[in-house]
Amino acid sequence: MNLPELGPLWLSLQLAAAATAVLLVLGTPLAWWLSGTRSRLKPVIEAVTALPLVLPPTVLGFYLLLLMSPRSWLGGLWVEVTDTTLTFSFTGLLIASVVYSLPFMVQPLQAAFESLGRGPLEAAAALRASPLDAFLTVAAPLSLRGFLTAAVLTFAHTIGEFGVVLMVGGNIPGKTRVISIAIYEHVETLRYAEAHTLAAGLLLFAFVVLVFVYVFNRRLPVHVA
Amino acid sequence: MRVVPGVIPALFLAATGAFAGETTVAVAANAAEVVETLAADFEQQTGHRVTVTVGSTGKLYAQILHGAPFDLFLAADQERPRLLVEQGLAVEDFRRTYAIGRLVLWSPDPGVAVGADTLRDGSFRRLAIANPDLAPYGAAARETLRELGLWESLRPKIVLGENVGQAFAMAASGNAELGFVSLASVLTPRHGRDGSYWEVPEHFHTPIRQDSVLLERARDNPAARDFHEFLNTPVALKTVESFGLVVARGSR
Repeated sequence: MNLPELGPLWLSLQLAAAATAVLLVLGTPLAWWLSGTRSRLKPVIEAVTALPLVLPPTVLGFYLLLLMSPRSWLGGLWVEVTDTTLTFSFTGLLIASVVYSLPFMVQPLQAAFESLGRGPLEAAAALRASPLDAFLTVAAPLSLRGFLTAAVLTFAHTIGEFGVVLMVGGNIPGKTRVISIAIYEHVETLRYAEAHTLAAGLLLFAFVVLVFVYVFNRRLPVHVA
Repeated sequence: MRVVPGVIPALFLAATGAFAGETTVAVAANAAEVVETLAADFEQQTGHRVTVTVGSTGKLYAQILHGAPFDLFLAADQERPRLLVEQGLAVEDFRRTYAIGRLVLWSPDPGVAVGADTLRDGSFRRLAIANPDLAPYGAAARETLRELGLWESLRPKIVLGENVGQAFAMAASGNAELGFVSLASVLTPRHGRDGSYWEVPEHFHTPIRQDSVLLERARDNPAARDFHEFLNTPVALKTVESFGLVVARGSR
């Protein structure tokens, strides 16, 4: 059997881990705000957050290609600071992944926060906990299930990213040649044995992840009284 | 639509209306524009209807293997049409080189891509090419860089598009300063004429011969056969050339 190179797999794991970490930091406050706000902007922000779910990756990829181009403000600034282009780089893929996987982090978290209700936080406030304190010591531990679901789904979804990477990645080994791209190239060049190995591995991975999420969601009781 | 000089549509229309047929043509992405123009001309002349499906040569080939309802296959290489004939899915007598692609080094900015020295200087961050393992223009780009002895040294700067159109997009959007693209995309009027390009000498790489073949299922489809024939008429060849492709002379 022909064993495929495992570099792309390793790269995908790194990308997914980094995207999950970044989204935990960015997505948590956003989900928290969305769960509690009565702002008229809420539906607009919710819609923007959900956009990556409905837009084809080609749309995201196309706009990211324009946004990260050295001719745009963002890409231009990046070139000034780092002297490398944002597209075709790991950082560029990370930005793309954060956009692409945003709803997979925010939506489960928002649902978890909303299911808490106002009771526990009002109790914490009555005990003079600051809002941050109340979040960290009351809301976050009670939403553990939401955090785990969000993190696992974000990680898995980023592993499965293809269309966006195809457009902004440039297929550079060790930098942007992730597992889905490697599989695509194996199939297109008729190297089916290698494609099968990687594809079957990914299939198994996705299945295990989803089983984990469902089992975990059933086992862990909700602690809200 | 472009009007091709020398065509007198009315003459043909009068004679053919009653026998109008239909055909579906699968076209490699790099030839899409010219074939769409040719199809429109052909429809005007004959009253036949042509449906054009665009895709990469590899994907279209795979679709044909699995029974896609195409009558004519206009590939970006010679390999895939030949394989279809070998597998009994296409008609050898209706296989022909309909165009030869021209590779150019292109920059969206004026005065940048001027020759092989542009590559030797190396004063650029990124060079976009089509994936050499997937796309004929990518293979030609790799051959050219090897011919110039630059393949190894430029390797870190090279980014790969899935096909030559994507390599063009990478350069056109400014993400790569240079790209090996097709002359056909550079000459397309809507892409503007501000950029600069260097036509790679033909002996630097194997010619990018693009073959067309009639598929077995369309052996008795007059519209498909007529369109295949039409592609070889002087008027059609002139259109092909006006799109930056070279016309094959003599044998394939």
